Amino acid sequence: MIDHLIPILAGTLAAATPLVFAGLGELVAEKSGVINLGVEGMMLIGAIAGFAFATQTGGGAGAGLIAGAAAGTLAATLFAILSLSLGANQAAAGLALTIFGIGLSAFIGQSFVSYSLPGLKPLDIPLLSDIPVIGRILFHQDWVVYLSWAVAVIVAWVLAKTRLGLLLKAVGESPESAHAIGYPVIAIRYGAVLFGGAMAGIAGAYLSTVYTPLWVQNMSAGRGWIAVALVVFATWKPGRLMLGAYLFGGMTILQLHAQGLGIRVPSQLMSAIPYAATVLVLVLISRDRKLLQLNLPASLGKSFMPGG
Amino acid sequence: MHLLEPRANPSVIMRWASPALAVLLTLFVGSLLFIALKKDPLEAFRVFFIDPLNSAYGWSELLLKASPLILIAQGLAIGFKARIYNIGAEGQLIMGAIFGGGVALLFEGTGSSFALPAMVLAGALGGALWGALPALLKTRFNAEETLTTLMLAYVASFLLSWLVSGPWKDPGGMNFPQTVMFAATSQFSMLADGLRINTSIFITLAAVAAFYLFTKKSLLAYAITVGGEAPAAARYAGFSSKRTVWFALTLSGLTAGLAGIAEVAGPIGQLNLNISPGYGYAAIIVAWIGRLHPVGIVGAGLLMALLYLGGEQAQLALQLPAAITGLFQGMLLFFLLGCDAFIDYRLRRRKRRAVVATKPAVPVQEAA
Repeated sequence: MIDHLIPILAGTLAAATPLVFAGLGELVAEKSGVINLGVEGMMLIGAIAGFAFATQTGGGAGAGLIAGAAAGTLAATLFAILSLSLGANQAAAGLALTIFGIGLSAFIGQSFVSYSLPGLKPLDIPLLSDIPVIGRILFHQDWVVYLSWAVAVIVAWVLAKTRLGLLLKAVGESPESAHAIGYPVIAIRYGAVLFGGAMAGIAGAYLSTVYTPLWVQNMSAGRGWIAVALVVFATWKPGRLMLGAYLFGGMTILQLHAQGLGIRVPSQLMSAIPYAATVLVLVLISRDRKLLQLNLPASLGKSFMPGG
Repeated sequence: MHLLEPRANPSVIMRWASPALAVLLTLFVGSLLFIALKKDPLEAFRVFFIDPLNSAYGWSELLLKASPLILIAQGLAIGFKARIYNIGAEGQLIMGAIFGGGVALLFEGTGSSFALPAMVLAGALGGALWGALPALLKTRFNAEETLTTLMLAYVASFLLSWLVSGPWKDPGGMNFPQTVMFAATSQFSMLADGLRINTSIFITLAAVAAFYLFTKKSLLAYAITVGGEAPAAARYAGFSSKRTVWFALTLSGLTAGLAGIAEVAGPIGQLNLNISPGYGYAAIIVAWIGRLHPVGIVGAGLLMALLYLGGEQAQLALQLPAAITGLFQGMLLFFLLGCDAFIDYRLRRRKRRAVVATKPAVPVQEAA
């Protein structure tokens, strides 16, 4: 049994890594009061940018991730101009970004369908990877998985312990007061949204340059939307977001191992499970209105136009 | 950074000029893209927007593609007015196709003339149920409809994929994931020989008329609009927001379901994995470009259908990827949202004198 479980749990971590990056980025944006429904589009743009850059330059996954982050940031800039500078409805602007990202990535990706990349080899962490069972699961991963943990720790630390985190939350709770005190609300929101874009771009590039590692049209397959849902599930807390991401990573991996485990459900229905589970999880969290109200950034989704 | 200031009153001119401006900007960026791809932009636009319409067949294809877009967008627009964002119409379309297609399989071999009406009813029911589920989750459990409708769209597509490759698979279909072709009694009849346009277009025409009357005459439509623009006032007037959620999501599910059955009992004639090229998502853009207005949506639907046809032409004639349609759709929506900013806002007039003084110089230079 344990021999079955180790690859499943280890695979869960890799499968969850795009959700961790994209979810943390969206969490930061939402903390500043901006809901960006363009995560799926930014992931796809990051995925094709990373893949194209890595194949054209031969720079490998590292170069791909950097290109993905840059492309994701650019994509987020489009959203930010619309929703922050021009006051467009955030839901509409985010949706536009997703539709644009699907189209743009498919358009560029058409020239990259026949390529493949080597991916990344696992990197053993000395000593820790020698721990029985746990070492094989946690510390026998590629370096991007470790990077995602570092980002999670940094995001949690910045939000909880630093002045920057306090400022971000102040802007998210009450942009009017923050503006009146003299804080640059729009600039802070730009920063948070662009960070979200960079993270979504990395998430996408991880899929195309490390996880798959191929370009497939629409390869994010709704992970961007699941990341948005995870932020609600996490009640805007980084620790819970990680938990949620690994839960969903586990579900995706489980369907690959279903036959080996003797589960006789048709594969198409197994594939639907993460999406159905997202609905279920949203219902379970959202029904507790008090819990949601306590944690929801008060200005989430509302436009703020200074001087307006 | 603060470029805009609010107008005293929203601009009525900009409200209708904005879609036209957005189209122009899309064409402009599009021609830059064509130049970058080393294609003559004029030639490309001819292929995209003129060639598809130079035959009766082309016009039939245009109406065939516009019909589902218009039908779905009519339903979505009601919700968008109330700020209820059903973005999973694609899933409701698929459920309509599954329910209606399932009825077609039940009627298989009977030759009954009740088959098609029963399929249409089942299609409407399937879509409405798939729209009502997020309404239940929203009103009962407070779950955001943007996320639930979209997640349910993925669930619907996997359900379809399972049905056509499992229990409903055509045993004589060489193992392709598809059902048998529906009998003639289970399909909409053609309007003319050699053209694919069929009688399902009348469902869309009836829907346009019905939605027009509804938005003009009905108190409920008024309550929905007020609920979106001024929720507090709507509550004060006794308009229930829960009723609006149920109504908007069920209705938009129903129209998407009708579009789904019209596709599978029309040009496709069976259930398979390619029953929609993303009509449910494109209809979101159609609703916005059409200003959430029943007649505006007709124009926007025709435009979007032309974009689909143009994309197919461009693939054949210019060897451009068909995905260019999606790229144009995204750009169009981006530009529309950007232009829409100028309905409620205008460019901030500079207060610094130096800037004001140089302003008249600009047109003079341009004239020279």
